[in-house]
Amino acid sequence: MIYQSLKMALKAITGNKMRSFLTILGVVIGVVAIVVLVSIGQGTNQSVVSSIEGMGTNLINVSIRARRTNPISLEGLLVLSDNEYIEHVAPIASVSGTVKAGVTTYSDGTIQGTTPGYDVIRDWTVEKGRFLQQPDIDNRSFVAIIGSEAATEMYGTTNVVGETFSINGYTMTVVGVLAENGTSASGSNDNQILIPFTLAERIFSQRGISTFYVSATSSDTVTQAQTAVESYLDKAFASLGTSTASTQYSVYNQTEMLSTLSDTTSTLTLMLGGIAGISLLVGGIGIMNIMLVSVSERTREIGIRKAIGAARSNILMQFMIESLVVSLMGGLLGLLISLGMVNVLGPVLGMTLAIPTDVAWLAIGFSVFIGVVFGMYPANKASKLRPIEALHYEG
Amino acid sequence: MIDMTDMVKRYTLGGETIYALNHISLHVDAGEYVAIIGPSGSGKSTLMNIIGCLDLADSGDYVLNGKPIQKYRERQLARIRNKQIGFIFQGFNLLPKLTALENVELPMIYQGMGAGTRKKMAKEALTRVGLGERTKHRPTQLSGGQQQRCAIARAIAVKPALILADEPTGNLDKKTGKEILEIFRELHDAGNTIVLITHDPKVAQAADRIIRIEDGHLYENQEAEDDDLPIA
Repeated sequence: MIYQSLKMALKAITGNKMRSFLTILGVVIGVVAIVVLVSIGQGTNQSVVSSIEGMGTNLINVSIRARRTNPISLEGLLVLSDNEYIEHVAPIASVSGTVKAGVTTYSDGTIQGTTPGYDVIRDWTVEKGRFLQQPDIDNRSFVAIIGSEAATEMYGTTNVVGETFSINGYTMTVVGVLAENGTSASGSNDNQILIPFTLAERIFSQRGISTFYVSATSSDTVTQAQTAVESYLDKAFASLGTSTASTQYSVYNQTEMLSTLSDTTSTLTLMLGGIAGISLLVGGIGIMNIMLVSVSERTREIGIRKAIGAARSNILMQFMIESLVVSLMGGLLGLLISLGMVNVLGPVLGMTLAIPTDVAWLAIGFSVFIGVVFGMYPANKASKLRPIEALHYEG
Repeated sequence: MIDMTDMVKRYTLGGETIYALNHISLHVDAGEYVAIIGPSGSGKSTLMNIIGCLDLADSGDYVLNGKPIQKYRERQLARIRNKQIGFIFQGFNLLPKLTALENVELPMIYQGMGAGTRKKMAKEALTRVGLGERTKHRPTQLSGGQQQRCAIARAIAVKPALILADEPTGNLDKKTGKEILEIFRELHDAGNTIVLITHDPKVAQAADRIIRIEDGHLYENQEAEDDDLPIA
């Protein structure tokens, strides 16, 4: 019986192609809106997550607010790095200066003074030469490790170990080039110009450590490492007699940042999906409208069917299945179009877009739901027609 | 076959109660060929609807082929219409989007019959009314007479207990109408019970027994039944 109803439904749908097409279109637009918007939302979420993960998952970021009474020293950080949960500790001094290689001025560089271990913390690999070493720090050597983009911009090649350039007139020797890293949440990773922290302090007259990174031994020990960092900071500030130690610094770990950002983008995705859902609802109302027209147009047909023995349930099923087929076709077609749109939009928006399986199922499920809900009333109306009246209906 | 006792059907029109059926009783045996004749407004359509289980009387008793119709609900009435009655209408009432074969198959679909038997029985019925070569045609591609043959095939395909025809020749020219009545005669000779409803005495002559309905009352001319002659 269901197979027969399905055949009847297909006949009715193909019998009025333009109308069926427009009805289906309503559902298609709704489904495409939901699927594509949610996919973009999730794509955004993923690119945010991966760019944060690009900074290292066991990373802890410490900023010191105190300016004049800053108790943090390189020696102190060395002691901190002995903690069992901490792998590396590296201070960062961000400075700005004029970078010149021969006649080329490189203005997009990020100049940072740091210490050995920063490459490990940031999960960077040195492609050529070496990274900073302890003697560079002790001797305030005029050496630099540069990113691949910086190298190409300054010299046209990455094969530049031994080359020299100047920062604010100070001649630096390139001792290492970093492998290409791409972009993370903190900006491009390939325009780095890293010099010894102690040298940065001297030539830029930087005082004290205002930012440092800590890497935990693994992503499971981030919490323990963070506790160790906080107790170190509390002690350091306490030794200066600062009573409100905890307001003098802030400690973030990547997991916290990740979950905060994911929460935000998830909420946005949900909102986008919700708004798109309204258009699917409108599509459903379209189905109901057309089904009502179809019922009144086919009153006579319903009368004939009832006269020759169709029970209420037969008529109900026929119209329900018709509305279901329309909505399901809309759902599937919408999904197909979404797939195409996502493939086109992905490269345009510069993110990897994919339709999540659960969203695909949700769209199909929702369109079936729409078909049932909005088909119910017209189908019920059709099934309740009295055969005598329906037979004499001139329409 | 048909056993009606003291049937009443009332309508209220503008505050006035009209008796479409005023305490009528009717008995039709299996294998009979009966014409019910009456002018419009005589209660003829009401009687036809009630015989055809499309409507129920307000009171009285109706037993069709041993089934207590008055006690039935909508669902059971649909089953009776499906299995016990073959309808033939004035306007043919074929579904325009279905082929002749599919139209004939329709009642059997509602019986839940398998596709194989269904197609075979539908083809048999169409051949019987002389449409064996036109199974793939749609109603619009058939002449009026052919459409009515198709409708007859649909009615007889399920081998119903009763064939109920409502003005079957009303939309047809004289010659075609005659052909249709010949088919009825053949069906009757083959043992089918036929009730033919018409306003046309000439058509009614085709039947073996003629019952007149007027103002909700039935009249029967015994002579007509005996020597198969038309009533005046």
